Amino acid sequence: MDQDLQLVKGNEAVAEAAARAGCRYFFGYPITPQNELPAYMSWRLPELGGVYLQAESEVAAINMVYGAAGAGVRVMTSSSSPGISLKQEGISYLAGSELPCVIVNMVRGGPGLGSIQPAQSDYFQATKGGGHGDYRMVVLGPSDLQELVDLTYESFNIADRYRNPVMILGDGIMGQMMEPVRFPELLDPQTLPVKEWATTGRGGKRKENNLINSLYLDAEACWEHNQKLGEKYRQMKENETRWEILYEDAEFYFAAYGTTARIVKKALESLRQRGYSVGLVRPISLWPFPDQAFASLAEKARGYVVVEMSMGQMVEDVRLAVGSELPVEFIGTAGGVMPHPSDISDKMETLIREVGGHK
Amino acid sequence: MKAVFTRPQALSDQATHYCPGCLHGIAHRLVAEALDELDLTERAVGVASVGCSVFTYNYFDCDFQQAAHGRAPAVATGIKRARPDSIVFTYQGDGDLASIGAAEAMHAASRGEKITVIFINNAIYGMTGGQMAPTTLEGQRTTTSPSGRDVSLTGHPLRMSEMLQGLPGVAYLARVSCHDVKHIRQAKQSVQKAFEVQREGLGFAMVELLSNCPTNWGMTPGESLKWLEENMIPYYPIGELKTPEAVTDHGE
Amino acid sequence: MVNEILIAGFGGQGVMLMGQILAHAGMEQDLHVSWMPSYGPEQRGGTANCGVVISEDPVGSPVVTEPTECVVMNLPSLEKFESSVRPSGHLFVNSSLCDQEVKRDDIQVVTIPVTEEADRLGNARVANMIMLGALASCLPNLPFDAIKASLRAVLPERHHQLIPINEKALERGRELYQQQ
Ligand SMILES: Cc1ncc(C[n+]2csc(CCOP(=O)(O)OP(=O)(O)O)c2C)c(N)n1
Ligand code: SF4
Repeated sequence: MDQDLQLVKGNEAVAEAAARAGCRYFFGYPITPQNELPAYMSWRLPELGGVYLQAESEVAAINMVYGAAGAGVRVMTSSSSPGISLKQEGISYLAGSELPCVIVNMVRGGPGLGSIQPAQSDYFQATKGGGHGDYRMVVLGPSDLQELVDLTYESFNIADRYRNPVMILGDGIMGQMMEPVRFPELLDPQTLPVKEWATTGRGGKRKENNLINSLYLDAEACWEHNQKLGEKYRQMKENETRWEILYEDAEFYFAAYGTTARIVKKALESLRQRGYSVGLVRPISLWPFPDQAFASLAEKARGYVVVEMSMGQMVEDVRLAVGSELPVEFIGTAGGVMPHPSDISDKMETLIREVGGHK
Repeated sequence: MKAVFTRPQALSDQATHYCPGCLHGIAHRLVAEALDELDLTERAVGVASVGCSVFTYNYFDCDFQQAAHGRAPAVATGIKRARPDSIVFTYQGDGDLASIGAAEAMHAASRGEKITVIFINNAIYGMTGGQMAPTTLEGQRTTTSPSGRDVSLTGHPLRMSEMLQGLPGVAYLARVSCHDVKHIRQAKQSVQKAFEVQREGLGFAMVELLSNCPTNWGMTPGESLKWLEENMIPYYPIGELKTPEAVTDHGE
Repeated sequence: MVNEILIAGFGGQGVMLMGQILAHAGMEQDLHVSWMPSYGPEQRGGTANCGVVISEDPVGSPVVTEPTECVVMNLPSLEKFESSVRPSGHLFVNSSLCDQEVKRDDIQVVTIPVTEEADRLGNARVANMIMLGALASCLPNLPFDAIKASLRAVLPERHHQLIPINEKALERGRELYQQQ
């Protein structure tokens, strides 16, 4: 067997991947189902000469992240839905002040205190800007633990490249499950490029002061700032869109992300074994949303079934990407209930029957 | 132990979900007995916080609201301002009250909000599986202080009652313990006073109950009571920190 | 070939460890594996369980709802999961703690009094390993030696002095399975 494979829990896999990516600072606050992540950081970061600190609240944690990011280090925080709601103000400030950081959300059922079971009901909050103002952040939705590790590692690069927050959108299953993974090399943060803009103190080396700020009282200046941000978001769209398509020659497609996509793959295989021409579009970046994946299928695709552990959120983006010509059906679950492969394939069979597709 | 064979009226007949030996159950009983004895249950509105006690609304036989983590004193403020005749109490753990909700507790106290706060200090986060709380003692091991709380990194355990003591809005403040019969009896007096203070409209009242968490302390219930007595009480001294004269002394 | 295994008992019976050893052994055999615990607030008393999927193809849902093999270590678990076992699947029952007949007649039932057997081996805590030995014997994908190697890999270093007794328990489980 592969000597480098390790059987690890999702929450611990993210933590180790972040440490490998050169993250040495973590600020968080307890919440189920992501508690193993901070617990891991509480010994791992000191071991690597870094800092783990439990904040008094998620509000404090995200602002500690703001401070550390502004000071020029790789930094991360993690939480689950109610805690992520509290972080929204901070995320808006991070985006407004152009600060790189990584935020992990192991989503649980909502709204309010909801449940602690897995869900995908924070899609809108994550991708449409849960905080105020015209901002965007890259949102990545891995569907297995190896992808979780790889995307966590990469998310620090993306954050630094654009000086922008990046979110890893997992769920309770992803945090709690164990699967074999292979970790990338441990990166020494000293080898990373210096962030000239960071508030490190002038240190006698520069004349200009560095300022981390999102206040632009002058309307023209604020508009200009937003245009600059807008240009950055356009570049993210161009370079950071990620997706996977299974069976590019199919007639009907599922669209699903994260844990749900794994379950959909099972339904997909059983349908194909029965002769149906079905495939899957799996957005990996949820923002930027992979419109082009849907565009690339426009010639052949005759309909979609969107599957989510929510009451229907990503389905709106799929409808925008697909347009009004094709049927886009939805099947979802909420509160921590998992969609069942047979319900998923039934939904697809119904669509195919209605549209008059063939086996 | 004082033999109390009947269930206070203010408690419902639901079995609680607490771990064996957890003192949350005793604390519930003290609150319910105070409501019964002062005949306040019909006017009572409880505010459940986020922690192991989140389901208190199932255990008390009175109206309830469930609040976001740490915000119970703000929710209680809203209720009391809207319905000044109601008897409003919060029931909060130390993570809820002393960490994420420190500001809400502080400002409700500072405004002299006429509410009763029941503050359960068990030196740990119970519900989420045993993380460090602001009240965790120096050297105490938790899942997020695996080699013991290092006060040079995380500060000293927070004495919430002492912090609130100086605020003029606070009318009644006591720290009690539930680790043995004698102390439970004392605790009962204090909880009762904290509701009387509200009934008389004298200001903010809080009782801090030292409690346990055998599950996350990794102890048997018996060991946990001993640990509470030997470790928590020396750091969190028990007694009344503030009493208004207008409240009757139930003294024994 | 897909094994979807559910292992249930009360907290402290070591059901999580049993699942992790299986998943690890599957990984060592170059199979696709997942392990998923039930999770909830800390309050004890209820049943704890974990699902393990061992498969030649990538794992879909790691949540096991209709197990091909199901282990129940106590009565509440038997009551909760008996009906979920897939027809012609296996149900492993710790008869020391389940004094109740299995009602299903469309599944294969393996009853072993593992708690008593563990006492006989001199350590009540290895009941889980006896059960694991029995369970592993009906998983042709996982050679017995792989289970033993994974025990060593999964058990925290500080418990390694307990490996010999645990190995003995695994073997006892295999014996008892074969006798059935
Ligand atoms: C905004 C938010 N953050 C975190 C949580 C997770 N959470 C649930 S209970 C709890 C703390 C429980 O500790 P404590 O208040 O000490 O009460 P105990 O469980 O010990 O009785 C936390 C952090 C949450 N529900 N909401
Ligand atoms: S986890 Fe701790 S505080 Fe919560 S019910 Fe159990 S013993 Fe009590």
